[in-house]
Amino acid sequence: MKKDKTQKLRSLFVGIGLIAAAGLILAGCPSQQGMMDTREAAQKVYVAPGEHDEYYGFFSGGYSGQLSVWGLPSGRFLKVIPVFSQDPETGYGYSEETKPLLQTSYGFIPWDDSHHPHISQTNGDADGRWIYINANNTPRIARIDLQTFETKEILELPNTGGNHASSFVTSNSEYVIGATRFSIPYEMDLDVPIDSYSEEFRGALSFIELDPETGMMNMGFQIIVPPYNYDLGRAGKGVSEDWVFFTTYNTEEAHTMLEVNASRNDKDYIAAVNWRRAAELVSNGHGETMSAEYYHNYYEGNQGFAINDVKDQVTVLTPEDGQEFIYFLPTPKSPHGVDIDPTGEYIAAGGKLATVIPVHSFSRMIEAIENRDFEGNVENIPILSYDATIAGEVENPGLGPLHTEFDGRGYAYTSVYISSEIVKWSLETFEVVDRIDAYYSIGHLMITGGDTKNPDARYLVGLTKTAKDRYLPTGPKQNHPAQLYDISGDRMELLLDFPTIGEPHYAQAIRADKITQNVKQIYEMEENDHPHALLRIADNRVERDGDVVRIYMGSTRSHFRPDNIEGIRVGDTVYIHLTNLEQEWDVVHGIAVKGAQNSEILVAPGQTKTLKWEPTRTGIYPFYCTAFCSALHQEMQGYIRVSAADSDVSLVWRTGTN
Amino acid sequence: MKTESRIAMGLAAMLLAGLFYFPFWTIDMSAPQYPEGIGMYIHIDDVTGHKRHDLQSINTLNHYIGMAEIHREDFWEFDVMPWVIGFLIVFGLIAAAIGSMKLVITWIILMVILGVAGLVDFYLWGHEYGNNLSPDAPIKVPGMTYQPPLIGCKQLLNINACSWPYTGSIFIGLSMLFAGGVIWYENKFINKSDEDS
Repeated sequence: MKKDKTQKLRSLFVGIGLIAAAGLILAGCPSQQGMMDTREAAQKVYVAPGEHDEYYGFFSGGYSGQLSVWGLPSGRFLKVIPVFSQDPETGYGYSEETKPLLQTSYGFIPWDDSHHPHISQTNGDADGRWIYINANNTPRIARIDLQTFETKEILELPNTGGNHASSFVTSNSEYVIGATRFSIPYEMDLDVPIDSYSEEFRGALSFIELDPETGMMNMGFQIIVPPYNYDLGRAGKGVSEDWVFFTTYNTEEAHTMLEVNASRNDKDYIAAVNWRRAAELVSNGHGETMSAEYYHNYYEGNQGFAINDVKDQVTVLTPEDGQEFIYFLPTPKSPHGVDIDPTGEYIAAGGKLATVIPVHSFSRMIEAIENRDFEGNVENIPILSYDATIAGEVENPGLGPLHTEFDGRGYAYTSVYISSEIVKWSLETFEVVDRIDAYYSIGHLMITGGDTKNPDARYLVGLTKTAKDRYLPTGPKQNHPAQLYDISGDRMELLLDFPTIGEPHYAQAIRADKITQNVKQIYEMEENDHPHALLRIADNRVERDGDVVRIYMGSTRSHFRPDNIEGIRVGDTVYIHLTNLEQEWDVVHGIAVKGAQNSEILVAPGQTKTLKWEPTRTGIYPFYCTAFCSALHQEMQGYIRVSAADSDVSLVWRTGTN
Repeated sequence: MKTESRIAMGLAAMLLAGLFYFPFWTIDMSAPQYPEGIGMYIHIDDVTGHKRHDLQSINTLNHYIGMAEIHREDFWEFDVMPWVIGFLIVFGLIAAAIGSMKLVITWIILMVILGVAGLVDFYLWGHEYGNNLSPDAPIKVPGMTYQPPLIGCKQLLNINACSWPYTGSIFIGLSMLFAGGVIWYENKFINKSDEDS
């Protein structure tokens, strides 16, 4: 007994000693907190009530599948735009209009993993017209209209497993890119043994054409490449604007235990693609048409039901000897990010297992191509010599560099995951000039106005992977943090730290005035081309066609028309087409029906939305407006009578006479 | 009449044409939930919202307190006013062409009478609009009526309504100024020639 106690005491002292020693060591280190005087920091992020932020921040939702919108620098949460996941709050993916958007060649998919939002560009600058974002799991790209902040279009990518290197746009929004992170057999639904990987599996790099007027996507062509993992991509700028770049890892061609098996090679590649040349080759008939099944979902008019345009072909381009449109740049250790500086000259790779940040030079790359400075060739893709393209290696970047953005003043900022910090380095000397802690384990970072020719580099946002003790604890799973840094001076300074939604990967921020000038306040009733719109309130009615009942309902403050409906029968399929006839900004009505196996549906002013309801029991079903629309919102309700399947209650509808 | 007087009188008449292009009255409404403002313009032939759909919103809001909806069709004035203004323009041009002072004076008197009649009509409409409330109104505030101010501002529940002349009225004002100027100028000239003789 006595001995036991002494032992416990001894181990306690040892423990305390260790903690004290650790404390001393830690205290001895220079602080990298970089937090400016709290009052000064507060002033920099304070946006007075009623005033607006200078920037919109668009943060990917990661495993939420959505896109969240923030005001910066205040960190004010503005909105979640539902994109790849159903959203019962708004009825997105539940209303008949939006359900087709989530349709794929695998059926209706209620969820995805959204990673990299990218704003459309004109002359290398973000123009604020649309924002594209990728779905990683079931490969797709969505277009969100920044006049209404709504998802308007989703395109599925064939021959793709894990669309991660997406959805980056070229300098004049000619293309948005996608790629396969997980190489798969590219012939449709090919059933082969997994260990036939090297023979049967291939990568596909996708080039999706964008319509300059509407932003609409069209699957342009895919380039078939060796079976590596194509991880991230970026379009070139300025001098390199005809090029896009993709990182690869798993050049080992492993198909199991990649953690080990894909980390063996000293160098993997950055694939540099001259998209203009590739597109020329395709238009000159060098592509091949392959069968493929993929969905293209969009709205034909202003409103109505999204349609599913099912495609059965895709054009693929397989590199042939002498075509010279794609090259491999050897790059150390499973690079993750590939980021292009504002001039388009520097190509920085985030060698996540490397001890340096390798930076390639675009002009040296072109020179190497001209001098035929090749080390070899894989499947007709020339491999350039590392020494010929490299411009510099940034030493001591910390452990696990991932992504880089640029301030346009000669500096780059790289997120470093394992050592949980941001390093600032010079594009002239390739030396680290400043570093600052991230809380904790940073993934992407973004600079306001970033990934353009003219970054408006006031702030930097770091998007980190764990919150741990940063906020009031909220259980074993907490939301992911974002940290805002002031980068206008020589040193980075931490200003603000706030939790986000989902798991933001990449984010973009744009000067607010580029968007506010175009934001719509209402949907014009005059432009409502929904096939079941109620254009005049007096036309409200109920129509039966066999077992299908359509209720043409209108809402204005504070009633529905009609609000008493009888003659619905068990077994009917009821469509409630609700038109919000208001023409006033932000006056929203909603509808929910008791027992409907569906979400509520929110309807913006001037919009028509459809709730599908299949009543299974007889009785009286109240329905009501779910949005607190007006002083008499509580009165905004109605009743639907559901009778037995064989009943002969006639179809009637009423409003206003008790 | 002197040539310059005739030109001035012609201009006075022509200035009224501005009324065909610009509203002459505005009713501005401000309320906490309308930071963007809401209101209506009165033209000689129409009533419109400050913003495209303001009138619809005003009608929606007013139904809570039982006020009638405002629709252009319900006002005979909008059918008559363009003819009245047209008549005044032609009349004024004739006065200028003939160079008759009597006609100029008649024209001014007509303008004043019609202006006063317009204001009286506007007041009567406002009185009707603000007092004749539907018995089915969801919101009834004892003793409260909603007559908009003839000119100036008035707090009506949560809304501060202001009624003011607008761009078109500047044309009326200038027109009157020119016509008045003609009379003053001509009088001065007559007096002067009296002294001379």
